[in-house]
Amino acid sequence: MNIYLHEIKTKLRSVLIWSASVATLLLVFASIYTSFSAQSELLSQMMANFPRELLIAFGMESMDWSHVLGYFGLIFLFCQICLAIQAANYGFGLVSIEETEWTADFLLSKPVSRTKIMTSKLLAALTGLTITNLAVWAFSFLCLALFAKGEDYTARPLVILLLSIIIFQLFFLSVGMVISLLVKRMRSVTPFSMGLVFGLYILNAFGGMIGEKSLEIITPFKHFDPNYIIKNAAWDLPLVLISVAFIVVSIPASYFLYARRNIPSAV
Amino acid sequence: MSVIEVNHLTKYYGKARGIVDVSFNVEEGEIFGFIGPNGAGKSTTIRLFLSLIYPTNGDAKIFGKDCIQYGPELRQDIGYLPSEVFYYEGMKVLDLLKYSASFYKKDCTQRLHELADLMELDLKRKIEDLSYGNKKKVGIVQGLLHQPKLIVLDEPTAGLDPLMQQKFFKLIREENKRGATVFFSSHILGEVQRMCNRVAIIKEGRVIEIQDIRTLQKDNYKKVRITGDGIDDSHYQFEGVSKLEKVDGTLNFFYKGDINRLTRLLGDGNISDLTIEDLTLEEIFMHYYE
Repeated sequence: MNIYLHEIKTKLRSVLIWSASVATLLLVFASIYTSFSAQSELLSQMMANFPRELLIAFGMESMDWSHVLGYFGLIFLFCQICLAIQAANYGFGLVSIEETEWTADFLLSKPVSRTKIMTSKLLAALTGLTITNLAVWAFSFLCLALFAKGEDYTARPLVILLLSIIIFQLFFLSVGMVISLLVKRMRSVTPFSMGLVFGLYILNAFGGMIGEKSLEIITPFKHFDPNYIIKNAAWDLPLVLISVAFIVVSIPASYFLYARRNIPSAV
Repeated sequence: MSVIEVNHLTKYYGKARGIVDVSFNVEEGEIFGFIGPNGAGKSTTIRLFLSLIYPTNGDAKIFGKDCIQYGPELRQDIGYLPSEVFYYEGMKVLDLLKYSASFYKKDCTQRLHELADLMELDLKRKIEDLSYGNKKKVGIVQGLLHQPKLIVLDEPTAGLDPLMQQKFFKLIREENKRGATVFFSSHILGEVQRMCNRVAIIKEGRVIEIQDIRTLQKDNYKKVRITGDGIDDSHYQFEGVSKLEKVDGTLNFFYKGDINRLTRLLGDGNISDLTIEDLTLEEIFMHYYE
Protein backbone atom coordinates (compact mmCIF):
# COMPACT_ATOMS: atom_id res chain seq x y z
CA MET A 1 0.00 0.00 0.00
CA ASN A 2 2.84 2.42 0.79
CA ILE A 3 4.40 1.97 -2.64
CA TYR A 4 1.00 2.45 -4.29
CA LEU A 5 0.42 5.71 -2.43
CA HIS A 6 3.93 6.90 -3.18
CA GLU A 7 3.40 6.15 -6.87
CA ILE A 8 0.04 7.91 -6.94
CA LYS A 9 1.60 10.98 -5.36
CA THR A 10 4.41 11.14 -7.89
CA LYS A 11 2.02 10.52 -10.81
CA LEU A 12 -0.79 12.83 -9.78
CA ARG A 13 0.47 15.92 -11.57
CA SER A 14 1.09 14.05 -14.78
CA VAL A 15 -2.35 12.43 -14.62
CA LEU A 16 -4.09 15.78 -14.12
CA ILE A 17 -2.14 17.39 -16.96
CA TRP A 18 -2.94 14.56 -19.36
CA SER A 19 -6.59 14.56 -18.36
CA ALA A 20 -6.84 18.31 -18.79
CA SER A 21 -5.10 18.13 -22.16
CA VAL A 22 -7.39 15.44 -23.52
CA ALA A 23 -10.43 17.31 -22.19
CA THR A 24 -9.28 20.53 -23.85
CA LEU A 25 -8.65 18.70 -27.10
CA LEU A 26 -12.17 17.31 -27.05
CA LEU A 27 -13.74 20.67 -26.24
CA VAL A 28 -11.78 22.63 -28.86
CA PHE A 29 -12.46 20.17 -31.66
CA ALA A 30 -16.09 19.71 -30.73
CA SER A 31 -16.67 23.46 -30.57
CA ILE A 32 -15.93 23.84 -34.28
CA TYR A 33 -18.38 21.10 -35.22
CA THR A 34 -21.23 23.55 -35.67
CA SER A 35 -19.49 25.35 -38.51
CA PHE A 36 -18.42 22.06 -40.06
CA SER A 37 -21.86 20.51 -40.04
CA ALA A 38 -23.44 23.64 -41.50
CA GLN A 39 -21.27 23.22 -44.57
CA SER A 40 -21.01 19.46 -44.62
CA GLU A 41 -22.02 19.36 -48.30
CA LEU A 42 -19.14 21.64 -49.25
CA LEU A 43 -16.72 19.78 -47.04
CA SER A 44 -17.55 16.41 -48.48
CA GLN A 45 -16.94 17.82 -51.95
CA MET A 46 -13.62 19.26 -50.89
CA MET A 47 -12.59 16.03 -49.24
CA ALA A 48 -13.41 14.12 -52.38
CA ASN A 49 -10.71 16.14 -54.15
CA PHE A 50 -8.01 15.00 -51.74
CA PRO A 51 -6.05 11.88 -52.63
CA ARG A 52 -7.74 8.91 -51.08
CA GLU A 53 -4.48 7.73 -49.46
CA LEU A 54 -4.20 10.97 -47.52
CA LEU A 55 -7.70 10.63 -46.17
CA ILE A 56 -7.03 7.08 -45.10
CA ALA A 57 -3.84 8.13 -43.35
CA PHE A 58 -5.78 10.57 -41.23
CA GLY A 59 -8.70 8.27 -40.66
CA MET A 60 -11.06 10.48 -42.64
CA GLU A 61 -11.86 8.19 -45.52
CA SER A 62 -15.24 6.94 -44.53
CA MET A 63 -16.18 9.91 -42.42
CA ASP A 64 -19.64 11.26 -42.33
CA TRP A 65 -19.23 14.97 -41.73
CA SER A 66 -22.89 15.73 -41.47
CA HIS A 67 -23.37 13.56 -38.44
CA VAL A 68 -22.16 14.45 -34.99
CA LEU A 69 -20.90 10.95 -34.14
CA GLY A 70 -19.10 10.70 -37.45
CA TYR A 71 -17.27 13.87 -36.61
CA PHE A 72 -16.62 12.59 -33.11
CA GLY A 73 -14.83 9.57 -34.58
CA LEU A 74 -12.21 11.89 -36.05
CA ILE A 75 -11.71 13.76 -32.79
CA PHE A 76 -11.45 10.48 -30.99
CA LEU A 77 -8.51 9.42 -33.12
CA PHE A 78 -6.49 12.37 -31.81
CA CYS A 79 -7.71 11.54 -28.36
CA GLN A 80 -6.42 7.98 -28.84
CA ILE A 81 -2.96 9.23 -29.75
CA CYS A 82 -2.81 11.22 -26.50
CA LEU A 83 -4.07 8.29 -24.44
CA ALA A 84 -1.55 6.00 -26.12
CA ILE A 85 1.38 8.31 -25.36
CA GLN A 86 0.31 8.65 -21.74
CA ALA A 87 -0.10 4.90 -21.28
CA ALA A 88 3.17 4.14 -23.08
CA ASN A 89 4.98 6.69 -20.92
CA TYR A 90 3.69 5.03 -17.77
CA GLY A 91 4.51 1.59 -19.12
CA PHE A 92 8.06 2.33 -20.21
CA GLY A 93 8.75 4.25 -17.02
CA LEU A 94 6.98 1.94 -14.60
CA VAL A 95 9.99 0.16 -13.19
CA SER A 96 12.75 1.57 -15.40
CA ILE A 97 12.43 4.99 -13.76
CA GLU A 98 13.94 3.53 -10.60
CA GLU A 99 16.96 2.54 -12.63
CA THR A 100 17.36 5.72 -14.67
CA GLU A 101 17.20 7.76 -11.48
CA TRP A 102 19.22 5.18 -9.56
CA THR A 103 16.60 4.82 -6.83
CA ALA A 104 16.26 1.07 -7.44
CA ASP A 105 18.93 0.39 -4.81
CA PHE A 106 16.84 2.20 -2.23
CA LEU A 107 13.55 0.55 -3.11
CA LEU A 108 14.80 -2.99 -3.69
CA SER A 109 16.88 -3.11 -0.52
CA LYS A 110 13.67 -2.59 1.47
CA PRO A 111 11.82 -5.64 2.82
CA VAL A 112 9.48 -6.01 -0.13
CA SER A 113 9.36 -8.48 -2.99
CA ARG A 114 9.73 -7.41 -6.59
CA THR A 115 6.35 -8.92 -7.38
CA LYS A 116 4.75 -6.65 -4.83
CA ILE A 117 6.62 -3.61 -6.13
CA MET A 118 5.43 -4.38 -9.64
CA THR A 119 1.83 -4.95 -8.58
CA SER A 120 1.71 -1.72 -6.59
CA LYS A 121 3.21 0.24 -9.46
CA LEU A 122 0.88 -1.35 -12.00
CA LEU A 123 -2.18 -0.58 -9.90
CA ALA A 124 -1.02 3.01 -9.41
CA ALA A 125 -0.48 3.46 -13.15
CA LEU A 126 -3.85 1.90 -13.82
CA THR A 127 -5.49 4.27 -11.36
CA GLY A 128 -3.89 7.19 -13.16
CA LEU A 129 -5.01 5.95 -16.56
CA THR A 130 -8.53 5.37 -15.27
CA ILE A 131 -8.76 8.96 -14.05
CA THR A 132 -7.86 10.15 -17.56
CA ASN A 133 -10.26 7.58 -18.99
CA LEU A 134 -13.10 8.95 -16.87
CA ALA A 135 -12.21 12.48 -17.95
CA VAL A 136 -12.60 11.36 -21.58
CA TRP A 137 -16.01 9.84 -20.79
CA ALA A 138 -17.21 12.95 -19.01
CA PHE A 139 -15.98 15.39 -21.62
CA SER A 140 -17.21 13.28 -24.54
CA PHE A 141 -20.77 13.43 -23.26
CA LEU A 142 -20.35 17.07 -22.30
CA CYS A 143 -19.14 17.94 -25.80
CA LEU A 144 -22.05 16.17 -27.43
CA ALA A 145 -24.49 17.84 -25.09
CA LEU A 146 -23.01 21.25 -25.82
CA PHE A 147 -22.41 21.09 -29.52
CA ALA A 148 -24.77 18.53 -31.05
CA LYS A 149 -27.36 21.30 -31.28
CA GLY A 150 -30.39 19.12 -30.91
CA GLU A 151 -29.12 16.68 -33.50
CA ASP A 152 -30.38 13.20 -32.78
CA TYR A 153 -27.79 10.56 -32.03
CA THR A 154 -27.78 7.20 -30.32
CA ALA A 155 -25.52 6.85 -27.33
CA ARG A 156 -24.77 3.20 -28.00
CA PRO A 157 -21.89 3.55 -30.52
CA LEU A 158 -20.34 6.22 -28.31
CA VAL A 159 -20.47 4.05 -25.21
CA ILE A 160 -18.95 1.13 -27.08
CA LEU A 161 -16.22 3.41 -28.36
CA LEU A 162 -15.46 4.78 -24.90
CA LEU A 163 -15.45 1.29 -23.41
CA SER A 164 -12.55 0.44 -25.69
CA ILE A 165 -10.29 3.00 -24.00
CA ILE A 166 -9.29 0.78 -21.09
CA ILE A 167 -8.06 -2.05 -23.32
CA PHE A 168 -6.36 0.47 -25.57
CA GLN A 169 -4.54 1.97 -22.57
CA LEU A 170 -3.63 -1.44 -21.18
CA PHE A 171 -2.07 -2.38 -24.51
CA PHE A 172 0.38 0.52 -24.42
CA LEU A 173 1.00 0.21 -20.69
CA SER A 174 1.84 -3.47 -20.78
CA VAL A 175 3.75 -3.50 -24.07
CA GLY A 176 5.80 -0.50 -22.93
CA MET A 177 6.51 -2.24 -19.65
CA VAL A 178 7.70 -5.48 -21.21
CA ILE A 179 9.91 -3.66 -23.71
CA SER A 180 11.47 -1.60 -20.91
CA LEU A 181 12.40 -4.85 -19.17
CA LEU A 182 13.84 -6.40 -22.32
CA VAL A 183 16.16 -3.44 -22.74
CA LYS A 184 19.30 -3.67 -20.65
CA ARG A 185 19.16 -0.05 -19.57
CA MET A 186 16.53 2.57 -20.43
CA ARG A 187 18.08 6.02 -20.57
CA SER A 188 14.94 7.97 -21.35
CA VAL A 189 11.28 7.08 -21.60
CA THR A 190 10.00 9.61 -24.15
CA PRO A 191 11.84 8.38 -27.28
CA PHE A 192 10.58 4.87 -26.59
CA SER A 193 6.95 5.83 -26.02
CA MET A 194 6.89 8.22 -28.99
CA GLY A 195 8.46 5.54 -31.14
CA LEU A 196 5.95 2.92 -30.10
CA VAL A 197 2.87 5.13 -30.44
CA PHE A 198 3.72 6.83 -33.72
CA GLY A 199 5.21 3.64 -35.10
CA LEU A 200 1.94 1.80 -34.55
CA TYR A 201 -0.11 4.78 -35.73
CA ILE A 202 1.84 5.04 -38.97
CA LEU A 203 1.62 1.30 -39.42
CA ASN A 204 -2.15 1.61 -39.37
CA ALA A 205 -2.19 4.60 -41.71
CA PHE A 206 0.36 3.03 -44.03
CA GLY A 207 -1.42 -0.33 -44.03
CA GLY A 208 -4.63 1.44 -45.03
CA MET A 209 -2.91 3.32 -47.82
CA ILE A 210 -1.32 0.39 -49.56
CA GLY A 211 -4.14 -1.95 -48.68
CA GLU A 212 -1.79 -4.27 -46.82
CA LYS A 213 -3.89 -6.10 -44.25
CA SER A 214 -1.15 -7.98 -42.42
CA LEU A 215 0.45 -4.80 -41.05
CA GLU A 216 -2.75 -3.74 -39.33
CA ILE A 217 -2.91 -6.86 -37.27
CA ILE A 218 -0.46 -5.68 -34.62
CA THR A 219 -1.62 -2.12 -34.22
CA PRO A 220 -4.33 -1.18 -31.73
CA PHE A 221 -5.08 1.90 -33.83
CA LYS A 222 -6.60 -0.58 -36.27
CA HIS A 223 -8.10 -2.82 -33.60
CA PHE A 224 -9.95 0.16 -32.16
CA ASP A 225 -10.56 2.19 -35.32
CA PRO A 226 -13.10 4.81 -34.12
CA ASN A 227 -14.81 5.05 -37.52
CA TYR A 228 -15.42 1.33 -37.60
CA ILE A 229 -16.78 1.27 -34.05
CA ILE A 230 -19.08 4.27 -34.60
CA LYS A 231 -20.40 2.92 -37.90
CA ASN A 232 -21.06 -0.60 -36.67
CA ALA A 233 -21.78 0.17 -33.03
CA ALA A 234 -19.53 -2.81 -32.29
CA TRP A 235 -15.90 -3.81 -31.93
CA ASP A 236 -14.09 -5.74 -34.60
CA LEU A 237 -13.82 -8.59 -32.15
CA PRO A 238 -11.07 -10.75 -33.70
CA LEU A 239 -8.84 -7.68 -33.91
CA VAL A 240 -9.67 -6.60 -30.36
CA LEU A 241 -8.67 -10.06 -29.19
CA ILE A 242 -5.23 -9.53 -30.70
CA SER A 243 -4.83 -6.48 -28.48
CA VAL A 244 -6.02 -8.51 -25.51
CA ALA A 245 -3.52 -11.23 -26.38
CA PHE A 246 -0.68 -8.70 -26.34
CA ILE A 247 -1.77 -7.61 -22.86
CA VAL A 248 -2.20 -11.13 -21.55
CA VAL A 249 1.30 -12.05 -22.70
CA SER A 250 3.05 -8.80 -21.72
CA ILE A 251 1.97 -8.59 -18.11
CA PRO A 252 3.12 -12.02 -16.90
CA ALA A 253 6.25 -11.69 -19.05
CA SER A 254 7.04 -8.43 -17.27
CA TYR A 255 6.67 -10.04 -13.84
CA PHE A 256 8.90 -12.88 -14.97
CA LEU A 257 11.58 -10.58 -16.36
CA TYR A 258 11.53 -8.18 -13.41
CA ALA A 259 11.87 -10.96 -10.85
CA ARG A 260 15.06 -12.10 -12.56
CA ARG A 261 16.50 -8.74 -13.45
CA ASN A 262 20.01 -7.73 -12.41
CA ILE A 263 19.74 -4.16 -11.23
CA PRO A 264 22.55 -2.10 -12.74
CA SER A 265 24.75 -0.32 -10.24
CA ALA A 266 25.38 3.41 -10.22
CA VAL A 267 29.15 3.07 -10.15
CA MET B 1 25.92 -18.12 14.80
CA SER B 2 27.01 -16.89 11.41
CA VAL B 3 25.07 -13.87 10.31
CA ILE B 4 26.41 -14.07 6.77
CA GLU B 5 27.53 -17.29 5.10
CA VAL B 6 28.88 -16.99 1.61
CA ASN B 7 29.50 -20.23 -0.30
CA HIS B 8 31.42 -20.24 -3.55
CA LEU B 9 29.60 -17.16 -4.68
CA THR B 10 30.32 -16.31 -8.31
CA LYS B 11 28.95 -13.57 -10.49
CA TYR B 12 29.70 -12.86 -14.11
CA TYR B 13 28.13 -9.97 -15.99
CA GLY B 14 27.99 -11.62 -19.37
CA LYS B 15 31.68 -12.33 -19.82
CA ALA B 16 32.89 -9.61 -17.48
CA ARG B 17 34.05 -10.81 -14.09
CA GLY B 18 32.21 -9.71 -10.98
CA ILE B 19 33.42 -12.08 -8.29
CA VAL B 20 34.75 -15.63 -8.50
CA ASP B 21 34.27 -18.39 -5.94
CA VAL B 22 34.01 -16.14 -2.90
CA SER B 23 33.45 -17.88 0.44
CA PHE B 24 33.49 -16.46 3.95
CA ASN B 25 31.46 -16.22 7.13
CA VAL B 26 30.61 -13.22 9.22
CA GLU B 27 29.83 -14.00 12.85
CA GLU B 28 27.23 -12.35 15.02
CA GLY B 29 28.38 -9.14 16.67
CA GLU B 30 31.38 -8.71 14.44
CA ILE B 31 32.51 -5.68 12.52
CA PHE B 32 33.77 -7.34 9.40
CA GLY B 33 35.93 -5.38 7.00
CA PHE B 34 35.88 -6.04 3.30
CA ILE B 35 38.72 -4.34 1.54
CA GLY B 36 39.94 -4.10 -2.00
CA PRO B 37 40.53 -1.50 -4.69
CA ASN B 38 37.87 -0.20 -7.06
CA GLY B 39 36.51 -2.89 -9.32
CA ALA B 40 37.68 -5.77 -7.14
CA GLY B 41 34.09 -6.92 -6.54
CA LYS B 42 33.13 -5.37 -3.20
CA SER B 43 29.89 -3.84 -4.38
CA THR B 44 29.04 -6.92 -6.44
CA THR B 45 29.26 -9.04 -3.28
CA ILE B 46 27.03 -6.66 -1.35
CA ARG B 47 24.49 -6.40 -4.17
CA LEU B 48 24.30 -10.19 -4.17
CA PHE B 49 23.47 -10.18 -0.42
CA LEU B 50 20.59 -7.85 -1.06
CA SER B 51 19.45 -9.77 -4.17
CA LEU B 52 19.76 -6.65 -6.28
CA ILE B 53 21.59 -8.99 -8.61
CA TYR B 54 21.54 -12.78 -8.86
CA PRO B 55 24.58 -15.06 -8.66
CA THR B 56 25.92 -17.07 -11.58
CA ASN B 57 26.91 -19.72 -9.09
CA GLY B 58 27.01 -20.39 -5.35
CA ASP B 59 24.79 -18.86 -2.70
CA ALA B 60 24.70 -16.58 0.28
CA LYS B 61 22.80 -17.09 3.51
CA ILE B 62 21.87 -14.35 5.92
CA PHE B 63 20.71 -15.27 9.44
CA GLY B 64 20.90 -18.85 8.14
CA LYS B 65 18.39 -18.30 5.34
CA ASP B 66 18.93 -18.10 1.61
CA CYS B 67 19.19 -14.44 0.65
CA ILE B 68 17.14 -14.79 -2.53
CA GLN B 69 14.34 -17.08 -1.38
CA TYR B 70 13.82 -15.21 1.89
CA GLY B 71 14.96 -11.83 0.57
CA PRO B 72 12.01 -9.65 1.58
CA GLU B 73 11.76 -11.20 5.04
CA LEU B 74 15.52 -10.93 5.68
CA ARG B 75 15.66 -7.32 4.59
CA GLN B 76 13.45 -6.39 7.57
CA ASP B 77 16.64 -6.70 9.59
CA ILE B 78 19.19 -5.39 7.13
CA GLY B 79 20.24 -1.78 6.91
CA TYR B 80 22.05 -0.86 3.72
CA LEU B 81 24.04 2.24 2.91
CA PRO B 82 25.11 2.22 -0.74
CA SER B 83 28.30 3.89 -1.91
CA GLU B 84 26.40 6.18 -4.25
CA VAL B 85 23.25 7.65 -2.76
CA PHE B 86 20.28 8.52 -4.95
CA TYR B 87 16.79 9.29 -3.73
CA TYR B 88 13.55 10.60 -5.21
CA GLU B 89 14.63 14.12 -6.12
CA GLY B 90 11.28 15.82 -5.70
CA MET B 91 10.67 14.57 -2.17
CA LYS B 92 11.40 16.32 1.08
CA VAL B 93 13.92 14.63 3.34
CA LEU B 94 11.31 13.91 6.00
CA ASP B 95 8.88 12.41 3.46
CA LEU B 96 11.59 10.18 2.07
CA LEU B 97 12.57 8.97 5.53
CA LYS B 98 8.94 8.34 6.42
CA TYR B 99 8.52 6.42 3.17
CA SER B 100 11.61 4.40 4.06
CA ALA B 101 10.23 3.74 7.56
CA SER B 102 6.86 2.62 6.15
CA PHE B 103 8.46 -0.58 4.84
CA TYR B 104 9.30 -1.86 8.30
CA LYS B 105 7.01 -3.54 10.73
CA LYS B 106 8.08 -1.54 13.75
CA ASP B 107 7.48 2.14 14.45
CA CYS B 108 10.64 3.98 13.52
CA THR B 109 9.53 7.58 14.09
CA GLN B 110 11.49 8.20 17.26
CA ARG B 111 14.70 6.66 15.99
CA LEU B 112 14.30 8.58 12.74
CA HIS B 113 14.33 11.91 14.57
CA GLU B 114 17.16 10.87 16.90
CA LEU B 115 19.35 9.95 13.96
CA ALA B 116 18.46 13.05 11.99
CA ASP B 117 19.37 15.22 14.97
CA LEU B 118 22.60 13.37 15.47
CA MET B 119 23.62 13.72 11.82
CA GLU B 120 22.43 17.36 11.82
CA LEU B 121 20.13 16.70 8.90
CA ASP B 122 17.60 19.35 7.85
CA LEU B 123 14.36 17.40 7.38
CA LYS B 124 12.49 20.17 5.60
CA ARG B 125 14.73 20.43 2.56
CA LYS B 126 14.15 18.79 -0.77
CA ILE B 127 16.42 15.95 -1.80
CA GLU B 128 17.38 17.72 -5.02
CA ASP B 129 18.73 20.70 -3.07
CA LEU B 130 21.05 18.61 -0.91
CA SER B 131 24.81 18.44 -1.33
CA TYR B 132 26.43 15.07 -1.80
CA GLY B 133 27.47 14.92 1.85
CA ASN B 134 23.94 15.69 3.00
CA LYS B 135 22.49 13.03 0.73
CA LYS B 136 24.91 10.64 2.32
CA LYS B 137 23.49 11.60 5.72
CA VAL B 138 20.01 10.82 4.43
CA GLY B 139 21.45 7.47 3.38
CA ILE B 140 22.78 6.84 6.88
CA VAL B 141 19.48 7.70 8.56
CA GLN B 142 17.36 5.61 6.16
CA GLY B 143 19.77 2.71 6.60
CA LEU B 144 19.68 2.74 10.39
CA LEU B 145 16.23 3.97 11.38
CA HIS B 146 14.78 0.48 11.75
CA GLN B 147 17.60 -0.62 14.08
CA PRO B 148 18.77 -3.43 11.82
CA LYS B 149 20.54 -6.52 13.10
CA LEU B 150 22.86 -6.47 10.12
CA ILE B 151 24.31 -3.23 8.82
CA VAL B 152 25.84 -3.33 5.37
CA LEU B 153 28.05 -0.37 4.54
CA ASP B 154 29.50 0.14 1.08
CA GLU B 155 32.22 2.78 1.23
CA PRO B 156 30.18 4.77 3.69
CA THR B 157 32.43 7.73 4.44
CA ALA B 158 32.87 9.19 0.95
CA GLY B 159 31.50 12.72 0.96
CA LEU B 160 31.36 13.10 4.75
CA ASP B 161 33.61 15.66 6.41
CA PRO B 162 36.02 14.36 9.10
CA LEU B 163 33.75 15.56 11.91
CA MET B 164 30.76 13.69 10.47
CA GLN B 165 32.91 10.65 9.78
CA GLN B 166 33.78 10.53 13.44
CA LYS B 167 30.14 10.85 14.47
CA PHE B 168 29.25 8.17 11.98
CA PHE B 169 31.85 5.74 13.29
CA LYS B 170 30.72 6.41 16.84
CA LEU B 171 27.18 5.64 15.76
CA ILE B 172 28.20 2.40 14.07
CA ARG B 173 30.14 1.34 17.19
CA GLU B 174 27.07 2.00 19.34
CA GLU B 175 24.89 -0.02 16.96
CA ASN B 176 27.48 -2.76 17.16
CA LYS B 177 27.42 -2.69 20.98
CA ARG B 178 23.65 -2.92 20.82
CA GLY B 179 24.20 -6.22 19.03
CA ALA B 180 24.24 -5.34 15.36
CA THR B 181 26.65 -7.12 13.06
CA VAL B 182 28.41 -4.81 10.64
CA PHE B 183 29.69 -5.61 7.17
CA PHE B 184 31.99 -2.79 6.21
CA SER B 185 33.33 -2.49 2.70
CA SER B 186 35.96 0.14 2.05
CA HIS B 187 39.19 0.98 0.30
CA ILE B 188 40.19 3.43 3.01
CA LEU B 189 42.30 1.15 5.15
CA GLY B 190 42.77 3.45 8.10
CA GLU B 191 39.05 3.36 8.92
CA VAL B 192 38.87 -0.41 8.49
CA GLN B 193 41.83 -0.80 10.82
CA ARG B 194 40.15 1.39 13.42
CA MET B 195 36.74 -0.24 13.17
CA CYS B 196 36.99 -3.88 12.28
CA ASN B 197 37.69 -7.15 14.08
CA ARG B 198 38.33 -9.20 10.98
CA VAL B 199 38.96 -8.37 7.37
CA ALA B 200 38.68 -10.09 4.05
CA ILE B 201 40.90 -8.84 1.27
CA ILE B 202 39.48 -9.12 -2.22
CA LYS B 203 41.54 -8.88 -5.36
CA GLU B 204 40.28 -9.14 -8.92
CA GLY B 205 37.10 -10.86 -7.79
CA ARG B 206 38.72 -13.39 -5.47
CA VAL B 207 39.13 -13.29 -1.71
CA ILE B 208 42.85 -13.74 -1.10
CA GLU B 209 42.98 -13.43 2.68
CA ILE B 210 40.60 -13.54 5.62
CA GLN B 211 42.21 -12.72 8.93
CA ASP B 212 41.77 -11.28 12.34
CA ILE B 213 43.10 -7.78 11.93
CA ARG B 214 45.62 -8.15 14.77
CA THR B 215 46.86 -11.51 13.54
CA LEU B 216 47.15 -10.04 10.11
CA GLN B 217 49.44 -7.38 11.51
CA LYS B 218 51.34 -9.66 13.90
CA ASP B 219 51.94 -12.59 11.61
CA ASN B 220 53.02 -10.36 8.90
CA TYR B 221 56.12 -8.42 8.26
CA LYS B 222 57.82 -6.15 10.79
CA LYS B 223 58.97 -2.80 9.63
CA VAL B 224 62.50 -2.18 10.92
CA ARG B 225 64.41 1.10 10.91
CA ILE B 226 68.00 1.28 12.11
CA THR B 227 70.11 4.39 12.46
CA GLY B 228 73.81 4.24 13.29
CA ASP B 229 77.32 5.11 12.11
CA GLY B 230 78.83 2.92 9.50
CA ILE B 231 75.94 0.51 9.19
CA ASP B 232 76.68 -2.12 6.64
CA ASP B 233 73.61 -3.03 4.65
CA SER B 234 75.13 -6.25 3.39
CA HIS B 235 75.12 -7.43 7.00
CA TYR B 236 71.32 -7.51 6.89
CA GLN B 237 70.86 -9.30 3.64
CA PHE B 238 69.59 -12.62 4.91
CA GLU B 239 66.48 -14.72 4.52
CA GLY B 240 63.27 -12.98 5.54
CA VAL B 241 64.47 -9.49 4.79
CA SER B 242 62.94 -7.56 1.96
CA LYS B 243 62.85 -4.07 0.61
CA LEU B 244 66.20 -3.23 2.10
CA GLU B 245 67.12 0.38 1.46
CA LYS B 246 69.69 2.75 2.86
CA VAL B 247 68.99 6.44 3.03
CA ASP B 248 71.78 8.58 4.51
CA GLY B 249 72.67 6.80 7.75
CA THR B 250 69.32 5.03 8.11
CA LEU B 251 68.50 1.53 7.03
CA ASN B 252 64.89 0.49 6.33
CA PHE B 253 63.67 -3.01 5.67
CA PHE B 254 60.77 -5.43 6.18
CA TYR B 255 61.39 -8.61 8.08
CA LYS B 256 59.38 -11.79 8.34
CA GLY B 257 60.65 -14.79 10.27
CA ASP B 258 62.06 -15.76 13.67
CA ILE B 259 62.31 -12.59 15.69
CA ASN B 260 65.22 -13.95 17.77
CA ARG B 261 67.39 -14.13 14.72
CA LEU B 262 66.71 -10.48 14.10
CA THR B 263 67.54 -9.39 17.65
CA ARG B 264 70.81 -11.37 17.64
CA LEU B 265 71.79 -9.73 14.42
CA LEU B 266 70.89 -6.30 15.72
CA GLY B 267 73.12 -6.85 18.75
CA ASP B 268 76.19 -7.09 16.53
CA GLY B 269 75.82 -3.65 14.98
CA ASN B 270 76.68 -0.24 16.28
CA ILE B 271 73.18 1.17 16.48
CA SER B 272 72.17 4.61 17.73
CA ASP B 273 68.44 4.33 17.11
CA LEU B 274 66.03 1.49 16.42
CA THR B 275 62.33 1.17 15.55
CA ILE B 276 60.46 -2.06 15.00
CA GLU B 277 56.78 -1.81 14.25
CA ASP B 278 53.86 -3.68 12.77
CA LEU B 279 52.89 -2.85 9.25
CA THR B 280 49.85 -0.69 8.83
CA LEU B 281 46.98 -2.33 7.03
CA GLU B 282 47.82 -0.08 4.15
CA GLU B 283 51.29 -1.55 3.83
CA ILE B 284 49.97 -5.10 4.12
CA PHE B 285 47.38 -4.28 1.54
CA MET B 286 49.94 -2.84 -0.85
CA HIS B 287 52.02 -5.93 -0.32
CA TYR B 288 49.12 -8.15 -1.43
CA TYR B 289 48.53 -6.10 -4.49
CA GLU B 290 52.10 -5.83 -5.73
